[in-house]
Amino acid sequence: MQLYELTISEARKGLEEKKFSSSELTSACLERIKSVEPKLHAFVTLTEEQALQQAQKADFLLGSGEVRPLLGIPISIKDNFCINGILTTASSNVLRNFVPPYDATVVRRVNEAGAVSLGKTNMDAFAHGSSTETSDFGASRNPWNIERLPGGSSGGAAVSVAADEAIAAVGSETAGSIRQPAAWCGVVGLKPTYGRVSRYGVIAMASSLDSPGPITKSVEDAALMLEVLAGHDPLDATTSPLPTKPYRQLMKEKSEKVTIGISDDYFDGVDPEIVSAVQNALHELERLGHKVKKINLFNPKYAIAVYTILQRSEVSSNLARYDGIRYGFGRDAFGEEAQRRIMLGTYSLSAGYYDAYYAKAEKVRTLIVEDFAKAFEEVDVVIGPTSPSTALPLGSSKNHPMFGEIADVLVEPSTIAGLPGISICCGFSKDLLPISMQVIGPYFMEDLILNVAYQYEQVTDWSNRKPNL
Amino acid sequence: MEIDIEHVAKLANLPLDKRHMEILGEQLTETLLYIDRLNEIRTEKVEPTSQVTGLTNIIRDDTVSDSLPQEAALENAPETYNGYIVVDAIFEE
Repeated sequence: MQLYELTISEARKGLEEKKFSSSELTSACLERIKSVEPKLHAFVTLTEEQALQQAQKADFLLGSGEVRPLLGIPISIKDNFCINGILTTASSNVLRNFVPPYDATVVRRVNEAGAVSLGKTNMDAFAHGSSTETSDFGASRNPWNIERLPGGSSGGAAVSVAADEAIAAVGSETAGSIRQPAAWCGVVGLKPTYGRVSRYGVIAMASSLDSPGPITKSVEDAALMLEVLAGHDPLDATTSPLPTKPYRQLMKEKSEKVTIGISDDYFDGVDPEIVSAVQNALHELERLGHKVKKINLFNPKYAIAVYTILQRSEVSSNLARYDGIRYGFGRDAFGEEAQRRIMLGTYSLSAGYYDAYYAKAEKVRTLIVEDFAKAFEEVDVVIGPTSPSTALPLGSSKNHPMFGEIADVLVEPSTIAGLPGISICCGFSKDLLPISMQVIGPYFMEDLILNVAYQYEQVTDWSNRKPNL
Repeated sequence: MEIDIEHVAKLANLPLDKRHMEILGEQLTETLLYIDRLNEIRTEKVEPTSQVTGLTNIIRDDTVSDSLPQEAALENAPETYNGYIVVDAIFEE
């Protein structure tokens, strides 16, 4: 096994037992990046020198017996997280020269945990999309088939993990941007409860929805990353004051058997191969003693409409700040997708239309929140496919103004409600593309969905498969 | 549905040429038609939700703390003068 193939947990063990150093591990990842990047384009900025310096420092600390959750572990960071002194563009031409003078809270947290940052990963520009095809610097490719899309917007993040360029990745999700690329690339993606992880220093998309979170090779790694990322932040007033939990420990402790809710609408119109893979996964969970129960959730087609209004409106408001006066370039530098979203958002917030659109969407949002609350009186978690399709061919998003929304139909309801969800690989299609399911839980019950995903991971070996590169 | 696309572009402060405006206008209409399905749902007696986890009135102590040094705050601005950011004149003579 190559060093770059390790999970965080495996790498920590190796570092602790002095089988290899962080400098060796980091160099292995950098070599891997050099060999596969020409095919994949997961990164928009590499920070090789800084990474090697951080690794050296980590080796010094490891040598003096220091223990930190990510000490010496090379990770990638999505390009919408501000890093002090490192080019941060959100993969957009508007910010192609922006070097932040401060760190995002999430960046500060991974730094304090001892992580080594390899570089910034590609994304849909300003996170507008589910393909990375709206990146102003070119799309990333899916490592399972480079003629396919990786998904998005955290596409580069998912590719960096699936292709073993980074041991783990920091991504962010507004609706699907962690879970969907993780699903298409066959890795684990955890979208925490809204407000569990700070948004400070993240280039905003839709502020009432944005949730940073990890993309990893294993469920245990996702739990560890969440321990690092989660927590109240005085710099983000929407972060929750509720204490975080020892996610790894709770994930491993045998829980009571859970009742899993499934809703027919979440299987409607989904690729039959995906339906059967998720059904097999549900049987597997039944064999482990869990119960599966049919429930009726709000039809996801309404969630698309709600999400489209909320997101476009908040986008138009957030992107109003880009005028090229204080930093970056002017409004003529926006790509087409950003223009499209700004226009719809501006329209839906404009005089005479606010009630018909934004206010209406926020009311239906209430119904979706209540619908999930009712469901969680009957069941502990909800399971469904993460995406209605496996990775689509390059070019699929072009000239399709609702591409992202259709690709993310199954993650949008839980996003609108702000609930946590985890995507985990549960099979492969005939053409060898990963298939994934998602486990959705009640607010701040990340420990529960991690536990269910972990139990499933223990009895299957999908996540051990690697793409041929 | 009639949308005054020029007006929206002006509100959004987006410099769009005629062809672009036409394309965006068509796509805007297409998306609005999709959104219209929300009218199938009755919401007369429903309160809106803007904050999902129920936080309200988050306040902090009114204390002075460190901020970015002026130099760092200005380093991304394309044009500065005496510690200020230079902007285009907005008043005509």
